[in-house]
Amino acid sequence: MTAIGSEMYTLSVNGREHHVRDSWIGESLLFVLRERLGLPGAKGACEQGECGSCTVIIDDKAVCSCLVMAASAQGASIRTVEGLGPDGRLSDVQQSFLDAGGVQCGFCTPGFIVAVHHLLDSNPDPSDLEIKEALSGNICRCTGYGRILDAVKQVSVSRRSTAKDGAR
Amino acid sequence: MSVAIPTSVGEVVDLLSRNPQATLLAGGTDLMVEVNLHGRRPADVVALNRVSELRSWSVDSSRRTITIGSGVPYAEMETGELARLLPALAEAARTVGSPQIRAAGTLGGNLGTCSPAGDGLPVLAALDAVIDVVGPNGARQIRFADFMVGVKRNALQPSEFVRSVTLPLVEGWQGYAKVGTRNAMVIATASVCLVRTNDRVAVALGAVGPTIIRATDAETWLAANHTMSSRPNTDTLAEFARLVRDASRPIDDHRSTAAYRRHAVGVLAQRLLTRSYS
Repeated sequence: MTAIGSEMYTLSVNGREHHVRDSWIGESLLFVLRERLGLPGAKGACEQGECGSCTVIIDDKAVCSCLVMAASAQGASIRTVEGLGPDGRLSDVQQSFLDAGGVQCGFCTPGFIVAVHHLLDSNPDPSDLEIKEALSGNICRCTGYGRILDAVKQVSVSRRSTAKDGAR
Repeated sequence: MSVAIPTSVGEVVDLLSRNPQATLLAGGTDLMVEVNLHGRRPADVVALNRVSELRSWSVDSSRRTITIGSGVPYAEMETGELARLLPALAEAARTVGSPQIRAAGTLGGNLGTCSPAGDGLPVLAALDAVIDVVGPNGARQIRFADFMVGVKRNALQPSEFVRSVTLPLVEGWQGYAKVGTRNAMVIATASVCLVRTNDRVAVALGAVGPTIIRATDAETWLAANHTMSSRPNTDTLAEFARLVRDASRPIDDHRSTAAYRRHAVGVLAQRLLTRSYS
């Protein structure tokens, strides 16, 4: 068992150990990522789990980081939007959002990118309905979602054709 | 403030015995909203996310029951074996929030909060679930009807917590329906769970009273006036819906009006009864 008072605790984010110091122990993971660890990719909007802008992956599950008490995520593997692309380059999902025009103001985009990575890692060939369902917890007020769906489908197709080429 | 991360039920019992005022943290989907938006500052938190016993479920085939740990997330109830064994719970789980919320939210959290709009609760009421509660004096079992005692109030004593929920594996049909302003990310305006077996139906209503309400008059009337093996006719459906509406005790609030909620539970119950024969 672990018990934490006001002392430091450690979070594993994008494969790196981060020490969280001098914080209030009840802070949300969203707040800690942005304000303590300098990882501002996850965005804060509703802070009640309704908008999906703060989506991160914890132990292979996509969750709202605003609803995670950061101290309780010790020992878990946390991935944020900053950790998805290889060596600081864009991931295929990020590139596809740009190509398809799935980004306008961009505020919701990091949450969508994380949710789409999570979807395609578990379901490489989702139907339109499955995509809509998987993204139903992410709200975009600019694009009308059409181009976001296009972006997801483009990645799905290109990943599967790459996998096929690799198998030849 | 402190955050404890126990890994066994015994450790949770010890922590709560020493500090009965500690706040339990399950999926965080209720507690963290209060922390983020309503200034709640819990003194001490016991996080349950690392207690593996709470995250498992099992079937007792001789007793024909299933026991679900209080920390199993809704996402696990939506598909697979759990969904096959408990179709109404799967339907209820699919209506919870969004995929992100269902990955975090748990039945234990629903029971701890005990909101009348909790999506899992009508299923527990209709199936006469038994809640397994653990505290410093050992375990005790509480029928769901005795567990939820009011709006956001339950029968837990200080230092007690919910270990699991046991439900019967029922021969027959079961389903769940919910009304809200949209499909995703919505708190129930009204919800109904209906279970139909050989000789009776059980109907439980959510978000239309201070607790989940069993429509016992509607259940009794249907059992006495309808042959369960045949499809109900229009008159039977109408009377059934009327009795369900009469059982509800809704209020006007920011989410809906009492009149709409009363109407809606009648429609949902009638729809589920019809669906049980298709």
